[in-house]
Amino acid sequence: MDGRCTHAVLLLLCLGSCLSLTPPAQPFVRQEKASGLGSNSSKGGLSLDVPMALRVFSVDYYHVQAPFEIVLWIMLASLAKLGFHWSGRLPAVVPESCLLIMVGLLVGGVIYGVRHSAPPTLSADAFFLFLLPPIVLDAGYFLPGKLFFENLGTILWYAVLGTLWNVLGIGVCLYGVCLLASGSLGDVSLLHCLLFSSLIAAVDPVAVLSVFQEIHVNEQLHILVFGESLLNDAVTVVLYKLFESFLRLPVVTGVDVLLGGCRVLGVGLGGLGVGLFFGLVAALTSRFTSRAQVIAPLFVFLYSYLSYLTSEMLHLSGIMAIVTCAVTMKQYVEANLSERSNTSIQYFLKMWSSVSETLIFIFLGVSTIQDVHMWSWAFVCSTLLLCLLWRATGVILLTAVVNKVRRNVVTFRDQFIIAYGGLRGAICFSLVFLIDDFPKKRLFITTTIVVILFTVFVQGMTIKPLVELLEVKRRKRNLPTVSEEIHSRLLDHLLAGIEDVVGYWGQHYWKDKFEQFNQRYLCRFLIREERQARSSIVRVYQELERRDERADEEHITQLDSNLLSSLLSSMLFNSPCLFSHFLF
Amino acid sequence: MGSTNSTLSKIPNVEELMRETGFSPAHIVRLYDRFESLDKEKTGHLRPEDFGAINRLAMNPIGDRIIGAFFSSGQDTVDFHSFVRILAHFRPAENNRPRDPSLPEPVNSRISKLKFAFQLYDLDKDGKISRAELLQVLRSMMEMQVTEEQLESIADRTIQEADLDRDDAISFEEFRKVPLGDTLTLTQQRVASK
Repeated sequence: MDGRCTHAVLLLLCLGSCLSLTPPAQPFVRQEKASGLGSNSSKGGLSLDVPMALRVFSVDYYHVQAPFEIVLWIMLASLAKLGFHWSGRLPAVVPESCLLIMVGLLVGGVIYGVRHSAPPTLSADAFFLFLLPPIVLDAGYFLPGKLFFENLGTILWYAVLGTLWNVLGIGVCLYGVCLLASGSLGDVSLLHCLLFSSLIAAVDPVAVLSVFQEIHVNEQLHILVFGESLLNDAVTVVLYKLFESFLRLPVVTGVDVLLGGCRVLGVGLGGLGVGLFFGLVAALTSRFTSRAQVIAPLFVFLYSYLSYLTSEMLHLSGIMAIVTCAVTMKQYVEANLSERSNTSIQYFLKMWSSVSETLIFIFLGVSTIQDVHMWSWAFVCSTLLLCLLWRATGVILLTAVVNKVRRNVVTFRDQFIIAYGGLRGAICFSLVFLIDDFPKKRLFITTTIVVILFTVFVQGMTIKPLVELLEVKRRKRNLPTVSEEIHSRLLDHLLAGIEDVVGYWGQHYWKDKFEQFNQRYLCRFLIREERQARSSIVRVYQELERRDERADEEHITQLDSNLLSSLLSSMLFNSPCLFSHFLF
Repeated sequence: MGSTNSTLSKIPNVEELMRETGFSPAHIVRLYDRFESLDKEKTGHLRPEDFGAINRLAMNPIGDRIIGAFFSSGQDTVDFHSFVRILAHFRPAENNRPRDPSLPEPVNSRISKLKFAFQLYDLDKDGKISRAELLQVLRSMMEMQVTEEQLESIADRTIQEADLDRDDAISFEEFRKVPLGDTLTLTQQRVASK
């Protein structure tokens, strides 16, 4: 990130309170840090040692520049988020993502005003390597596994075929528009249009998560949209790289297209495989962490990140890898680790993904203020229209087919929300910057920004009232009970049994078979001796008992007249015991 | 199709069966083939041992209860009609058709399915799931994973949650109220909302 601008703004503040006499004019003048002992740094002939008296205070900004600026951006993001939640009625109407983008626009504007040139943009590397993984890991770790696998067929159907439909449709139509408006858009070729459509057609998991968080639709709908946004990464990545490499080839043959198709499969399955591998290794490692419980959570993060980086290195789908890794290791890690470690994992994941998400949206706002915009009414408007149109038709057609095979039909209202909830976000933004330079690249960048802003603002803000208007089925907010768990397990067994009687190898047959394999081999290998074989009924029961105990303990500590202890114990909901030790 | 029709003609009262259960001719034929393959001695009836020969069913924790559900009280054989009638409970329900309240409850409606599940618990058929019956079910589902004490406390808790009229047993009405199908297990609950 180019930091000179922030350096200017913030240094002003530092200098105001500093007693230093010499402003840091050039990076090469090293100031001597006065530590009170008059240390004369004999670092060789590197620095221009201007002879000056011993300083009491001095400022050496360049020493801390990079981490300092990063921290300041994160601080800005977090304070914005804090302010948002304190701003009264606003959170109910405007989704967080919109407000963060607006803050970003403001900050970008200020920086532009001060510096008179573009503010720092979100670099694609920083985004893909640092900002995206925490969010996807958080999503994968808390993915409702059962629901996800039950709907996996539908999700894949939407993700693969839906994305292909969108990409091809939007690409070809855009090319048509470019041909029609050949005066201004004549030099955009078909491949360019396809490349552009491959990055703009994909639904973005970050944007979807942040908006759907707040609207609480029924779980099936949520998992369909969200699952699609996660899994379409494989298709998007392949198509993008495919068209990019086609652009560099002199001639494109049919064989190349066929190979491209195989690559989709390879990228998806490869990402899956990498994730599975790291997930199992992580589960195995967690088995041995009983003597070093404090660092146990670290393994979860390290292995997940490693799976992401490895698959990015191999040009596979990083998102699929990290999601698979999280889903795989979760049940074994939770069984192996202590309750506190599990809680730390959950809190850290939430925190990091929250910070990442906030930073992404703020930077989206900041990066919008640029010199590099190129506008074309035809291109921008037609892109917007085509995105909406193709998504709507795609969802309707695909659902019509898939409803014939599904048990729980996807209703028209759900379909509308699926189509309307196809938000674009920072992934498109980063991908568009990575395109090889060509005359109309700026146009693409501008269009991408417009599409993202439109989907996040217009669709993001109106989806909540629409959900209420259309009376889409909402999520039931029941506390889980042991009876539920018992009854649903019984029903699972019953349905599996009936399938056996009829001789039908249905969904329950495979689920049952997997469960047996899991119990017999995987659990025995990956879970610690004393934590083996906890039926889900027992887990639910134990969790409920723990909650009751905590509620009792909380009650007791709150009866105490010490206000501070009750505040602390209610803040750190899960470990009141820890703090009450400190205070009594 | 020729073979379908010939198989159908072997089954007595097949139209009535189809009307009652709602299965299509193709389904009936499939079920008849399955029935015949289970009926190794070709007696035209199934006995509990024939069900027990299905390997995977034997390993199912509630396998014996499922088998028991096929044999209504007193009988020890199942003919094809009863076989199909029981299986008709598990046909997917058609939710979109407006139901005529004067007609009897279709056999595969949600209520019928729940009643079937209820019967799996309530072995003595007194209309209530007593604590002892619940304990038996829990024991068979969780086998050796928990101690007897834990089983008792889980059973106590279950009754506490579901028993609304405090008679220490779960009636069918109380059973119906337990929300099913939308269960989220605790491991998926979000720790802190964003």
